[in-house]
Amino acid sequence: MPGLRERMLTWLHRRPQARAWALLAPGGLWLVVFFLIPILIMLAYSLMPRGVYGGVESGVTLEHYARFFDPLYLEILKRTFLWSLAGTLICLILGYPVAFVIVRSKRWRNLLLFLVVLPFWTSFLVRTFAMIFLMRDTGLLNSWLLRLGLIQQPLTILYTPFSVMAGLVYGFLPFMILPIYASLEKLDLSLLEAAEVLGARPRARFFRVTLPLSLPGVIAGCLLVFIPALGSFLTADLLGGAKQMMIGNLVQNQFSAARNWPFGSAASFIVMALVLAGVMLYLRFQDQEPKSVTVQ
Amino acid sequence: MNRPLPRWLVAMAAAVYLFLHLPILVLMIFSFNDAKFSAEWRGFTLHWYQRLLERPDVFRALKVSLIVGASATVISGVLGTLVALALARHRFQGRRAFEGFLYVPIVTPEIVVGISLLLLFALLRFPLGLTTITIAHVAFCISFVVIVVLARLKGMDQHLEEAAMILGADEITTFRTVTLPQLWPGILAGALLAFTMSFDDFVITSFVSGPGSSTLPILVYGMVRKNVEPSINAISTIILIVTALLIYVADRLVQDRSLA
Repeated sequence: MPGLRERMLTWLHRRPQARAWALLAPGGLWLVVFFLIPILIMLAYSLMPRGVYGGVESGVTLEHYARFFDPLYLEILKRTFLWSLAGTLICLILGYPVAFVIVRSKRWRNLLLFLVVLPFWTSFLVRTFAMIFLMRDTGLLNSWLLRLGLIQQPLTILYTPFSVMAGLVYGFLPFMILPIYASLEKLDLSLLEAAEVLGARPRARFFRVTLPLSLPGVIAGCLLVFIPALGSFLTADLLGGAKQMMIGNLVQNQFSAARNWPFGSAASFIVMALVLAGVMLYLRFQDQEPKSVTVQ
Repeated sequence: MNRPLPRWLVAMAAAVYLFLHLPILVLMIFSFNDAKFSAEWRGFTLHWYQRLLERPDVFRALKVSLIVGASATVISGVLGTLVALALARHRFQGRRAFEGFLYVPIVTPEIVVGISLLLLFALLRFPLGLTTITIAHVAFCISFVVIVVLARLKGMDQHLEEAAMILGADEITTFRTVTLPQLWPGILAGALLAFTMSFDDFVITSFVSGPGSSTLPILVYGMVRKNVEPSINAISTIILIVTALLIYVADRLVQDRSLA
């Protein structure tokens, strides 16, 4: 139908803004209806009194948020925060050397990078199961330790804080390595040569040139691990016991077993707020990037 | 600066690589182990894969996963590409705000996305099933597709489009014969990532799936909870190999400069 096509083209020519909005509308609407509005509904639920059968009654209340001052829930909040923080630090300690080695390798660089990207995209559930398989009482870790004679009885590794921490680090380590790699790759090697010519030893070159210059990547990596760790659910669910609940598990619990949707919504909104605060922090640091790159 | 790296550094990096990949390798190797509970190697078998073939629920879940994955990929692929075109080729009010908004679904914890969608569907009394899972998957895939396609668009030579227009091609022809062929690897890479994410997702799906609409990850989660036999290893191995291949292809597509 040439007529329709002509009319469409003239219509688009007359309204450049309309064209942009026409391209944007389907995807944008999908995100508004199936992402933004549900989150607003969740916020509304968290502010309404609990009804019968998990529903809500009309009215406004802050009681669900007030419940977080209960020591039981404060403990979960504190644990979530501290474990995410500890996991982030361990990821940093393990991840920085890897990023450094990747940047310095020439021939293997693509393969090494691919080996970091691959777990990033493989099923989190399957990777968590791999941890269970390794750490359970009859798992490989125990059987190796027994065979080496290091232990006499199988250790209880699974369902402890240790297994949750191992799971968090295992799950989120690639998020740390990739941004650090990106910032190290951009590093101007002539600065290191200059430092060497001026008599700086390897240690000084690292701590006074390389590390400060890679700081944007370090900060990005830390937030990219910390943020998803805060909202994680599967790790503590499968690798932790009843005493290793994190806030993601509390949310899930309120929506399944406890059937307290308003309280679950409040917990979920707290996770969301913490994550958004983290993102704001990240953006602040990103804006300051040019400043933090100056070498003293 | 081509001095060799200190040995302890290389050793540490190697240890981290082992930590990242050994658990998965062990998991895959033991899917061929001829013993039900043992952590000892008792010989090679395909028994656990055969067991999977005997289970109708595995096939049902695989079918659900493939249907949802394919629909979510096509829908998010098209919607995401359109959004990317708008962002790369047009100036309009609120463009920066919209670009920022695109990142919000990526950083939002899955559990928040899952329960908020559950609340929406409950409020609308919309029955949970294939449709709700697909809707949810599209919602979290769109942003990824936009980012991949946008990166491709930004790397493309806009002069070719301008040349086509000057030579008398209208917008539709230009898009079909100049823009789209160049953009194709980006769209395909975005679509492959979308499929992988849909195929892998457990947390969000667990909130919006109903009875009879279990995807493969939902089934695997149930098996892990019950902690039975190495069939889980077998099914995990299949999932891992499929996703690794998809990611490899997507990775090659993004890097392939010969098509640009």
